Amino acid sequence: MAILGKQIDFMKHAKLFGFVSITAVLISIGSLVFNSLQFGLDFTAGTLVEVGYSQPVAISEVSEKLRAGGYEDAQAVAFGSDQDVLIRLPVDDSVTEEEMAGTLVSLGNDILAALSQGSSAQLTLNRLEFVGPRVGEELAESGGMGLLVALGIVMIYVAVRFQSKFAVAAVIALFHDVIITLGIFSITGMEFDLTVLAALLAIIGYSINDTIVVFDRIRENFRVMRKGTPYELINLSLSQTLSRTIITAGTTQLVVCAMLFMGGESIQGFATALTLGIVIGTYSSIYIASSLLLYLKVTKEDLMVPVREGAQDSMP
Amino acid sequence: MLNKYPLWKNLLIVFVVLLAAVYSAPNLYPDDPAVQVSHESQDINEFELGTITDALRAADVDYFGDTLEGRSALVRFHNLEDQLRGKTVIEQTLGAGYFTALNLAPTTPGWLQAINAGKMSLGLDLQGGVHFLMEVDMDAALQRRMENNVSTIRQLLRSERIRSRALSLESANLIVARFDDESARSQARALVRDNFADLQPVNREQDGSYILELSLSEADILQLQRDTIAANKTTILNRVDSLGVAEPVVQQQGASRIVVELPGVQDTAQAKRILQRIATLQFHLEAQPGSPSTSYTTYEYQGQLIDVSNDVILQGDRVSNVRSALDQQGLPQVVINLDAQGGEQFSRVTRDNIGKLMDIVLSETKTRSTFEPGDNGEMVEHQETYEEKRLISHAVIRAALGREFVITGLSTTEANELSLLIRSGALAAPMYFVEERTLGPSLGAENIKQGTQAVYLGFGLVLIFMVFYYRLFGLLANIALAVNVLLLIAIMSIISATLTLPGIFGIVLIVGMAVDANVLIFTRIREELSNGLSPQGAIKAGFDNAFSTIVDANLTTLLVGIVLFSIGTGPVKGFAVTLMIGIATSMFTAILVTRALVNLVYGGRNVKELSIGKFA
Repeated sequence: MAILGKQIDFMKHAKLFGFVSITAVLISIGSLVFNSLQFGLDFTAGTLVEVGYSQPVAISEVSEKLRAGGYEDAQAVAFGSDQDVLIRLPVDDSVTEEEMAGTLVSLGNDILAALSQGSSAQLTLNRLEFVGPRVGEELAESGGMGLLVALGIVMIYVAVRFQSKFAVAAVIALFHDVIITLGIFSITGMEFDLTVLAALLAIIGYSINDTIVVFDRIRENFRVMRKGTPYELINLSLSQTLSRTIITAGTTQLVVCAMLFMGGESIQGFATALTLGIVIGTYSSIYIASSLLLYLKVTKEDLMVPVREGAQDSMP
Repeated sequence: MLNKYPLWKNLLIVFVVLLAAVYSAPNLYPDDPAVQVSHESQDINEFELGTITDALRAADVDYFGDTLEGRSALVRFHNLEDQLRGKTVIEQTLGAGYFTALNLAPTTPGWLQAINAGKMSLGLDLQGGVHFLMEVDMDAALQRRMENNVSTIRQLLRSERIRSRALSLESANLIVARFDDESARSQARALVRDNFADLQPVNREQDGSYILELSLSEADILQLQRDTIAANKTTILNRVDSLGVAEPVVQQQGASRIVVELPGVQDTAQAKRILQRIATLQFHLEAQPGSPSTSYTTYEYQGQLIDVSNDVILQGDRVSNVRSALDQQGLPQVVINLDAQGGEQFSRVTRDNIGKLMDIVLSETKTRSTFEPGDNGEMVEHQETYEEKRLISHAVIRAALGREFVITGLSTTEANELSLLIRSGALAAPMYFVEERTLGPSLGAENIKQGTQAVYLGFGLVLIFMVFYYRLFGLLANIALAVNVLLLIAIMSIISATLTLPGIFGIVLIVGMAVDANVLIFTRIREELSNGLSPQGAIKAGFDNAFSTIVDANLTTLLVGIVLFSIGTGPVKGFAVTLMIGIATSMFTAILVTRALVNLVYGGRNVKELSIGKFA
């Protein structure tokens, strides 16, 4: 084998992409601060009614009937097809949580009655959900905690298995992925519900997986190669793992896109977040995690741990 | 010889795959739509089943496989339409007190059932149903416990002849007793210490009176909350059983909430009426003639007005069992069992009050529905909640009562009714709904359809790509991937995990990510080949070198899965379970199964070339 093998000079563009990432993160944070997120029912509390029509219906007509029926605050949106309508009612402050849940069934029937007024279509109540304000608040709290705990655990694991510079680089890359994905949800106004939160955690899982594969190669090359500067060795490792990176991102993206296009309306947010996350996560393994290693001045000495690699890894 | 697995390793893999095939098999047998019929207090018998089938025949509804199962009856139908019609017919035939529930009856062959092979249950988002989140009122539970303590302390002080100026519950967790002198207070303090290990005493002086403050410690309050939620969960389980739902979920969530999921149930109003029969039970003595009017409440009982003292001598949560039975003379009676503390407390109180009347008060929070004509002429249901307190028993204490005592002088019906009432009132604390979701069955069917389509498409695309890119090795990886899905389904069926929509997509995501391990191995093999290694050497080096990478990468993802599982609720948890199992199975298949297949094809012979696609 040639001394450093065939390689692509990834790190040449490290500064440029670093700048792009910082800009994207700043824009995302800005949007999160000023626009916030379009939180779904899971977080905001309130009532959600999904109504199925036997024939296509115009949203404007639905909204009009809701207003006529006395539901001024109700928001109607099309859900997947022009025969399904999603109606959202905010929490009524004058009604307690208990009373609200107690009257839910009749509320659903009342809305159905208001909508079928003067309509020839057959209406069915597909879904009726109520989330109390406290539940939503706690969910947001535990969701945020979950993200932080996941990041913390990943950081500890990487610090133990690799080295602290790798841990810092990996976690910054994960923050980058999460913030930009959230930023895109904030800018586009896509709904952020419980499944999107799950997707976000899955993205962390995917992105760290990708980063670890690259790190693993970097570690190996730093230990094995006698020659080469860290700059060269990182480029070499990225080049060696590039085909795997692309193929794995590709196959995962294949199934996620199948979800996105065939999975139906209720999984849209989840699939969209994953699609975005896989792209961002793949990119960040190269241009955030690996560039940061270079920036943190990782050296061969950092990885000179006398681990009996051969004995440990000779499975299977 | 190079790249050959020992026989035992191959046999182990074959064994695991066979086992997985057997345990995932039940998922191939679709459930029959069925209607389950039960009664709120008694078992369904042959005669009632006959009435049901007669009515179904008369209404021309196709059915089959009508059986009695445990306490309820089950009738199967050929399709969902017949099932709905059948349910209506059955409901109209049977009167009040019966519950009919849409259900799914398994069709798994007996030998599979015999080895405990079941199928994954479908989540609410896949089959429709109702989801409730109920909050247990912990403040009320604490308050009740402390009220109980106040009554007992009052009794104790009286029997020990310690004079107190006042004794009351100031706040939910604070009992304040006032005494005229210090010695009375220290006597009282010793008395409390001997009888209540959990009450923390604090002395205080104010306006010349000696005050003893008693409260529960944080740890004791936590213990109380744990006990309370456990009691409530049990009661809910019993009530849900009476609804006759196929696979109800009753789970604790957090410190004070209970999740109830009733798949297949569409009549939320009925389900809520049953769950919401929040009832609490209290034992009182009859008020002494001439007591101040604030110290008793008047109830009507069998046409008489009875003054019941407000002091509680025993709370319903001390009742451990209730049943109606016949005594030696064949007369109906209600037998009540108390727990240890309850029994001790009860014997102390009743000993001093033989010949007096004991009253049992049941308070129930109920929901009532009224039907009014709506705008479009249809009858619209309205619901309201109200509290109903009533005296359910008024009986003379004949002797000092212990942990087991009986109430006699009732008719059979009265005895049955009373035992049912007491049982329902033994619930420890009131609950209310904080979240409710109803999902229609058509939505569930749609979700399943779209979900499986997406799975097939995604899976198909990945298979095609792998063969295209890695040739024979790709094909071997595909076999391993199929084994992976088989294992995943087998494990999920064994732990009877609930399959939710996000769960299905967890499987899809696993399929996408599972090939990663094989991709890592195969790119490594290609690399070793281009480094000039022999085919056999490249296979070995490829698998060996990729191993630590695969372990590291998957372990971190597994850690994220664990976090997801521990913070998540409902659908997120389902997703996390799938993710974690998938990571484990994909490591097994990608490393062991693929290697075994590769060894089978190439191992132990002279190979000139590997069919692994072109390498750069």
